[in-house]
Amino acid sequence: MTAAAPDRTGPPAPARTAAGRPGAGRPAEAPVTTYREALREGLREALAGDERVFLMGEDVGLYGGAFGVSLGLVEEFGPERVRDTPLSESAFVGAGIGAALAGMRPVVEVMTVNFSLLALDQVVNNAAALLHMSGGQLAVPLVLRMTTGAGRQLAAQHSHSLEGWYAHIPGIRVLAPATLEDARHMLAPALADPDPVVLFEHGSLYNASGPLAPDAGPVDLDSAAVRRAGTDVTLVTYGGSLGKALEAAERLSADDGIEAEVVDLRTLRPLDDATVLGSVRRTHRAVVVDEGWRTGGLSAEVAARIAEQAFYDLDARVRRVCGAEVPVPYARQLEEAALPQAAGIAAAAREAVGRDG
Amino acid sequence: MTVDSTAGVPKKASGTRRKRVPSRAGSVAPPPQPELVQLLTPEGERVEHPDFSLETTPEELRAIYRDLVLVRRFDGEATALQRQGELGLWASLLGQEAAQVGSGRAMRPGDYAFPTYREHGVAWCKGVDPLNLLGMFRGVNHGGWDPNEKNFHLYTIVIGSQTLHATGYAMGITKDGADDAVIAYFGDGASSQGDVNEAFTFASVYNAPVVFFCQNNQWAISEPTEKQSRVPIYRRASGFGFPGVRVDGNDVLACLAVTRWALDHARSGNGPVLVEAFTYRMGAHTTSDDPSRYRMSEELEAWKLKDPIERLRAHLVREGWADQEFLDSVEAESEQLARRVREGVRTMPDPSPAAIFEHVYADGHALVDEERAQYEAYAASFEGGEVR
Ligand SMILES: Cc1ncc(C[n+]2csc(CCOP(=O)(O)OP(=O)(O)O)c2C)c(N)n1
Ligand SMILES: [Mg+2]
Repeated sequence: MTAAAPDRTGPPAPARTAAGRPGAGRPAEAPVTTYREALREGLREALAGDERVFLMGEDVGLYGGAFGVSLGLVEEFGPERVRDTPLSESAFVGAGIGAALAGMRPVVEVMTVNFSLLALDQVVNNAAALLHMSGGQLAVPLVLRMTTGAGRQLAAQHSHSLEGWYAHIPGIRVLAPATLEDARHMLAPALADPDPVVLFEHGSLYNASGPLAPDAGPVDLDSAAVRRAGTDVTLVTYGGSLGKALEAAERLSADDGIEAEVVDLRTLRPLDDATVLGSVRRTHRAVVVDEGWRTGGLSAEVAARIAEQAFYDLDARVRRVCGAEVPVPYARQLEEAALPQAAGIAAAAREAVGRDG
Repeated sequence: MTVDSTAGVPKKASGTRRKRVPSRAGSVAPPPQPELVQLLTPEGERVEHPDFSLETTPEELRAIYRDLVLVRRFDGEATALQRQGELGLWASLLGQEAAQVGSGRAMRPGDYAFPTYREHGVAWCKGVDPLNLLGMFRGVNHGGWDPNEKNFHLYTIVIGSQTLHATGYAMGITKDGADDAVIAYFGDGASSQGDVNEAFTFASVYNAPVVFFCQNNQWAISEPTEKQSRVPIYRRASGFGFPGVRVDGNDVLACLAVTRWALDHARSGNGPVLVEAFTYRMGAHTTSDDPSRYRMSEELEAWKLKDPIERLRAHLVREGWADQEFLDSVEAESEQLARRVREGVRTMPDPSPAAIFEHVYADGHALVDEERAQYEAYAASFEGGEVR
């Protein structure tokens, strides 16, 4: 999967004809698709397969969602099942909780994680807690989808990575698809989950394209995935940083003869310790890459677990490569400076392996 | 002091009577006109309204016309600059010039405005240089004007949050003893946000001197106003206990008169007012939007007949207050402005990457200092200091 030119302002891409798809004309067994189209296929399958499923949010109808994910779905399923809502995050998330309580399977789209903060009470005080506080009577099978992350020049109020905050909350499951297969196949198990699920789509991935494995099935939401095998150092990451970690791994291999193993967490809560620790026990070194801020972030949790459970397997201290602890800037070169990049990840890995010269 | 929610309200709040305007023969019939305060018809004919009067001199009208033209010109230039890759994004005010210049001119110098991201015309009236706005959308600075000097706050992106800031600000300035007022701009979409409705409650309960100025431009990105409200937005005010007025947002004179009245109402201790300026977003939501996907071009054509600038020009010409020489001079001035803006934007220096560490905390912070030092050392390790 290669990231296409970053889609800076997030305009929804026009629906593509098959002939206009990148790679058209290649052998048909692995159709080329984009992250955006893979997410849309997942939604289409869910809407077609279960009449309790409906999608709601701002501009999800004719406009196709702020990032074009739901383009064409209102034409196919009608405005009852693909609903443009009034402009209130708290209202559509709260109403989604109500609909879930009533037996529906709502998929609620929030434009960005920044705007989900207007609905945080609904998620944390309500969706996440209702099952427990009702003594097991009130399940909330809600799926909340939102864009996260930077890299598109959308500035501080559209670009933060707050999934680590959500991963702090007991009662919800937190997902971060980073590959086409996960984008395509995470929604079905998320909807099957009786608990609220928050699914983070990284904004820089929507245009990423490549062949979609035809045999891929529903994702096992309890497991992380090893995306590249290696022997010398483990790069633990997820979401929008996966591509950068893989790029760093290739540079390390080509330039330094260092073979990095890359672990994609993909489920941020609950964390799959076994896969992460299994890798670290093989490589004896770990670098955690997270676009979110370092202080109190998801990277801190991963690093702490490695230290708690694999301390004696480590040959070097754990390193972290995170977003700078500043509001995400708007100008392109400033934004780049504030985010983890392949060069910085490779530098941290070289240091961990003891070859930082 | 407490607010009597209806005292003194009904007459102004009705805002529904106006003289009939003959429809244009031979042109596409515009959609049925909502009831709203109007002082200048789309044909440029001056009409009276029983509740809102306005005295103007020809000179003042010419100055208003000049504002409208210049604002539209630099807005158009900004859209072009974005297309040429010089700005990251631009949110055009096309079609909303009258609502912004009318309300902007209604303010006294001491009145403080809280904009959304589209109030370039209000910024202009408050003396903010267009280059400041463009620098912000280019990403080389954070606006760079002094909000306290201009009495014009920074742009707000998170929909509706500025209405609460405006309310608190208005609560604050009553302690100064001055008779200033505050104006909070927001959109029809924003009217659905909890923040906005909570601001109405606070402003009403605290009798805050704030005018809520809603530009109902008929669209919130792809959603028409019917998706936000089943009653005209101005009527929401009565439930919160303060007056609401709907004004023709493409009529700069009506916007001026109504907003001036509203600000005076607020500054005199009578509490908040909601003004709904009924207007139209003639362009895209922002440069990353394509409105042809969700709205009919006939709608735009119908609204073009109500163009805010055209009607004032027609009025000035009809009255003999503007000759060709005047119109040409405004045109020439707008070209000059466009050139200045274009050149100014292209020559703005890029900020250095280490600028990301500035102003995170007022007095600095050890963690930020540490990250800055790390970043600088890291950048220095690359040839030429450029991080690849
Ligand atoms: C809290 C929040 N939710 C969503 C958005 C995304 N968004 C940006 S502009 C906009 C529509 C606003 O419409 P309106 O209030 O009518 O103002 P207009 O753009 O028409 O001037 C939306 C939904 C946002 N900026 N903030
Ligand atoms: Mg609007």
